[in-house]
Amino acid sequence: MNIIVCIKQVPDTTDVRIDPVTNTLIREGVKSVINPFDAYAIEEAVRLKERCGGKVTALTMGPPQAEAALKEAIGLGCDEGVLVSDRKFAGSDTWATSYTLACAIEKLEGYDVILCGKQASDGDTAQVGPGISTHLDIPQVTYVKRIAEITDKLAKVERMTEEGYDVVEIPLPCLFTVVKEINTPRMPSLKGMMRAKSAKIARWTAEDLDADPAALGLDGSPTRVVKIFTPEARKGGEMISGSCDEVAKELAELLKGEVV
Amino acid sequence: MASIKVHLEKCTGCTLCVKACAFGAIHMADRKAVIDMAKCTLCGACVAACKFSAIEIEKAGGPKKDLAAYKDVWVFCEQKKGVIQSISFELLGEGRKLADKLGVKLCAVLLGHGLEDAAHSLGARGADKVYLVDHPALKAYQDDPYTAVLVALVEEFKPEVLLCGATTIGRSLISRVAIKTNAGLTADCTGLDVDIKERLLLQTRPAFGGNIMATIIAPNHRPQMATVRHKVMQEAPVQPGRLAEIVSKVYPEATYASRTKLLDTVEELSATVNISEADIIVAGGRGMGSKENFALLEELAKVLGGAVGASRSAVDADWIGYSHQVGQTGKTVVPKLYIACGISGQIQHLIGMQSSRTIVAINKDPDAPIFKVATYGIVGDVNEIVPAMIKEFKRALNK
Repeated sequence: MNIIVCIKQVPDTTDVRIDPVTNTLIREGVKSVINPFDAYAIEEAVRLKERCGGKVTALTMGPPQAEAALKEAIGLGCDEGVLVSDRKFAGSDTWATSYTLACAIEKLEGYDVILCGKQASDGDTAQVGPGISTHLDIPQVTYVKRIAEITDKLAKVERMTEEGYDVVEIPLPCLFTVVKEINTPRMPSLKGMMRAKSAKIARWTAEDLDADPAALGLDGSPTRVVKIFTPEARKGGEMISGSCDEVAKELAELLKGEVV
Repeated sequence: MASIKVHLEKCTGCTLCVKACAFGAIHMADRKAVIDMAKCTLCGACVAACKFSAIEIEKAGGPKKDLAAYKDVWVFCEQKKGVIQSISFELLGEGRKLADKLGVKLCAVLLGHGLEDAAHSLGARGADKVYLVDHPALKAYQDDPYTAVLVALVEEFKPEVLLCGATTIGRSLISRVAIKTNAGLTADCTGLDVDIKERLLLQTRPAFGGNIMATIIAPNHRPQMATVRHKVMQEAPVQPGRLAEIVSKVYPEATYASRTKLLDTVEELSATVNISEADIIVAGGRGMGSKENFALLEELAKVLGGAVGASRSAVDADWIGYSHQVGQTGKTVVPKLYIACGISGQIQHLIGMQSSRTIVAINKDPDAPIFKVATYGIVGDVNEIVPAMIKEFKRALNK
């Protein structure tokens, strides 16, 4: 089984801080990490390989330093890594990103299952996974919390909904976006880390892909940012003190409007 | 290929662009902005920040669609088991304002089976027209037929704006439709407005975990598509007797074909109160101390008519299920009232709840970051204060 896991390198959210004077992002020393949701996709890809045999290829689009994310993925059990990187991809929105990744996937030698995290923690759109499956014209199930059964032809999965879950049957090849509930990612093994160190990451540019140049990067992106601003920071409010009963009484009074 | 350049004669060296760049790609040399192309992502933040029009992004002009052919504001109305979901009414409320500003019709799109009455009810929620596609294959959501039908409707009737809920269904569906129709799509908008002259939808959304806000447009593509989360917009009021024109469409059977098959729909008891839809959330964190203490929150939530939320540590400790988790790896919620009990307020949690209208925080650590976002803060032991609150609210609400 050929399994592809699409990942993204993102700034570590715990490191995102706001300069209280200028009210702007402090970037110095912000670490880059694998998107937390992609960790579950990587783990599930490796589990699928352990279950069905085959190979896991980790794929990312990003700047040259995104190679580190692919090496980490190899440390976690992926077999190969492909970095799609080119200045021509700069300014890609989710339309152009999913197109570029779909072109890269078509260049790989066949695929049965594509796994993505449900969304990235920096953009939060949840659009790229479904975008890839649409460009490739394959079926998808989003928000998968369990792959109950899988053969080389068919899978039965549970898709998380607001009320519970759906059980869906889907033919391969297909794409899943996965949620946290699906597994508990393992720690990188010593062997994996050694392998990651020496692993060679394939690097593809726009020219390596069979892609329409007009559909790449900013040119291929329907959306454009026109304004960026800092939201008014929420200010800490009133502190209430007193005995438990006094505090509860005061709260009941203050929240009258909210709890009718 | 798109490129970015600094017009040196216009650059005053004010450094606004340096501060606006989230990627550290701009520095000053001889009081002029210099862009590091290895770091620049062409996101446009500096162009928007520059007060002197000194930075310009050049984009290859592709073949333009005939934008004038697109009109009307559409709302995709989500239904489950034939019941129109409240997010649809919120979108109709917002859609009405946009349609009035643009001077066009507000149209609802309803896909399902046996929905004649439901379709008629949308007139009372402000829809001028309802596009109804009724077919057994559309009874419950499946990606393929829903995508095919919505794409066919968009291609035939050409809306200029299409709004959709940022729900499990909405996010899966609209992402596919945007690719197929080559449209721009902006996720999780918290503010929508229009530029009437250019007929542009101005879509404002949080980025970088809500630390900055970005306004996004799709100047050369139609429809302009946006998703909006629960509780962000106000529900359209009910106007009894108001009628909408119903446009029923039938497509060839092949349009309804699905590669996936829905075998079962399971409703989980613990998730009966959907926290994304709740007006009041009582949430607990590690500070609750134990599973038994955590159960107190359920009692308080019951008294207040709200739902129970949790921080990641409470979920990891197995005090409550993952569907209750609020924050980066859980759900984002915007209730009217959020009561955080024993939650310290790590950034990952704050991201998921800091847009709530009123926030009450109870924590024994006076320096806990949760107090920085709280409307009302109480320093103390949750396990003493929560029972007092249960008693007091029971009395106040006559329960």
